[in-house]
Amino acid sequence: MPLVENAKIVEDRYVRVDDDAPIPERVPVIVSAKRFLAEADALIRRDGSLGVAWPNDRRVAELQPWLGHLALVALNFPKFRDGRAYSQARLLREQYGFGGTLRATGDVLRDQFSFLVRAGFDSFDVKKPADARAFAQSVERYSVFYQPGADGRAPALQRRVQKSRAVKPGKAV
Amino acid sequence: MYVYDAFDRTLVTERVAEFRDQVGRRLSGELTEDEFKPLRLMNGVYLQLHAYMLRTAIPYGTLSSEQLRMLAHIARKYDRGYGHFTTRQNIQYHWIKLAELPDAMADLASVGMHGMQTSGNVVRNITTDQWAGVAPDEIEDPRLWAELIRQHVTLHPEFSFMPRKFKIAVGSSSHDRAALRTHDLALRLHRDGSGELGFEVMVGGGLGRTPFLAQTIKPFLAKRDVLSYVEAILRTYNQFGRRDNIYKARIKILVHELGPEAFAKEVDAEWQSIKDGALALDAAAIGEIAARFHYPAYQRLDDNPPELAAARRADRGFEAWMSNSVANHKVAGYAIVTLSLKPEGGTPGDATAVQMDAIADLADRYSFGEIRVGHEQNLTLPHVAQRDLSALWRELDAIGVATPNVNFISDIISCPGLDYCSLANARSIPIAQEITRRFRNLDLQRDLGRLHVNISGCINACGHHHVGHIGILGVEKNGEEFYQITLGGKADENATLGTLIGPAVPYAQVADVVEDIAAAYLELRTRPDELFIDTVKRTGVEPFRERVYAAR
Repeated sequence: MPLVENAKIVEDRYVRVDDDAPIPERVPVIVSAKRFLAEADALIRRDGSLGVAWPNDRRVAELQPWLGHLALVALNFPKFRDGRAYSQARLLREQYGFGGTLRATGDVLRDQFSFLVRAGFDSFDVKKPADARAFAQSVERYSVFYQPGADGRAPALQRRVQKSRAVKPGKAV
Repeated sequence: MYVYDAFDRTLVTERVAEFRDQVGRRLSGELTEDEFKPLRLMNGVYLQLHAYMLRTAIPYGTLSSEQLRMLAHIARKYDRGYGHFTTRQNIQYHWIKLAELPDAMADLASVGMHGMQTSGNVVRNITTDQWAGVAPDEIEDPRLWAELIRQHVTLHPEFSFMPRKFKIAVGSSSHDRAALRTHDLALRLHRDGSGELGFEVMVGGGLGRTPFLAQTIKPFLAKRDVLSYVEAILRTYNQFGRRDNIYKARIKILVHELGPEAFAKEVDAEWQSIKDGALALDAAAIGEIAARFHYPAYQRLDDNPPELAAARRADRGFEAWMSNSVANHKVAGYAIVTLSLKPEGGTPGDATAVQMDAIADLADRYSFGEIRVGHEQNLTLPHVAQRDLSALWRELDAIGVATPNVNFISDIISCPGLDYCSLANARSIPIAQEITRRFRNLDLQRDLGRLHVNISGCINACGHHHVGHIGILGVEKNGEEFYQITLGGKADENATLGTLIGPAVPYAQVADVVEDIAAAYLELRTRPDELFIDTVKRTGVEPFRERVYAAR
């Protein structure tokens, strides 16, 4: 499963550690939510980037107190059609201010890329190599968006208001 | 009506390019059918019994004559010369080839139309009163709000893979012509005590296998908050709606299982954290959308011009149509005209390409180029000068859309049923056709008065049988088609679900049963102006049950 970041296929720096395996030192690791919550105090004191794989049926609000210690949160799409992690991503980015890496994992296909980017993901564990290669092209497909998202691009309504103001400057001072 | 600007046009064009790429990958085998399915569904493409079906969005049921001509063109070029208007104010074509779909989409895009979000687990076409903007009892044109919400939820990055489909309706009149409480989310414009306009928010309605009427979770929502509140509802549903069972995945089940108060609390907590953010609407933003709505330049005319009165006296056919299919307009001298797509023996909601072209021309000549689609599967010309009614009637009659049966027993709402649909258990269309033949006598129909018959060919209830005055639901028993009959349902501001009258009856007896019910009503009513629905309410279903099953 190729990993895409910054629109390019990259090596994964992170190691996924099983719940019963020892945690390697000074290596970026991703642990399960269960393990993270059980060993959080020790894990955040450890030397090395820490990521957590968070399931899509658990409130991300639980992660809020720890977000400052996390370099990565991996959210899961068990099936293409199961879109819970889009909401989790936007909550993490927009309400809890998570600034680390937000990785999409699971059934991640080409036709989700644009939605994923707009929901705040910046790391993509892509299922098919051909889709990973088509990443840049896929996310450039749309130039107009009707709603604000976590990617910060201005929606059509805001652009319309700006355009009207530029054409008809207000009367105020 | 809303006129697209460069942003809207760019988006639909980009959508066509994406869909063309997806179809190409499917045809080459790069995408499996399982992977292609959610993608095509997001563009209104279903795989039905005989072919692919394309459902095209008609936002809040408003069409320009140019768009209706394009719908005729699609019917002619890519289908078999007709289209089917649906209960969700859309149109669907049942005989489209996959390889031609991208071209059909491109043709639609040239007039600002598309199939986006007419299927799939997304927010579907936003519906409203087909008389929006012209009804005398309306507070404000609800289409402005329907359009704001339409844009907000179109290709929404968070809500494109929800547990199940999500239907939103917006209403603004004292009389509910949009069946608000049958929707996942309904917004009703009204004034609060201080006279400010805002929305009553209702959630959790829906028919199908577990019918519920929507419940009010917020009696008054300020206009500025409508997008943030809708966002909070969708976010709550997207996270907590059930995904383990497709039949329990609609928001109605979540609202029912949590209880409306707990659901409202969850939504409110989410809303508090986003209400003052980017989604809060200010006057400038609302003004941008309002400015894209173009309204007709009405003439100053008087109501009831002398030529109209003369024509009514001169022609009984015209008078019958006038008193049935023409409604009051909010502007003096104008009228709202309903075009019946329910001729005797016809398929409810079908229109041929020839009819669509002709109606587009009539709209240009008589209705400022505007047409509406109503959830009852009829069309409307919303701005006809009363002095033109007689001339218009002749032309409508010539193309077969002036049957004076609007709201009568033969004005049947029906899903396509087993003749087309891969989900259906039983046929719907032939049942509807037979009922129209049994009641071909218009004097009898007039005597029966307002009487809504709704037919669904399966439990998914696309024909809204639960809210029909007479509801007919096709089921399958040992490989044969049977039909359950309910009475007393209604979809208006006093929405009620119908009551089952007894065991299902076989296909061949359905029209007989409807005749029995009609005959029972004529005997039971206390006076000629007691409507069927009021008689059922007064007597309950028992006397109807006796009549229907006594002979069976």
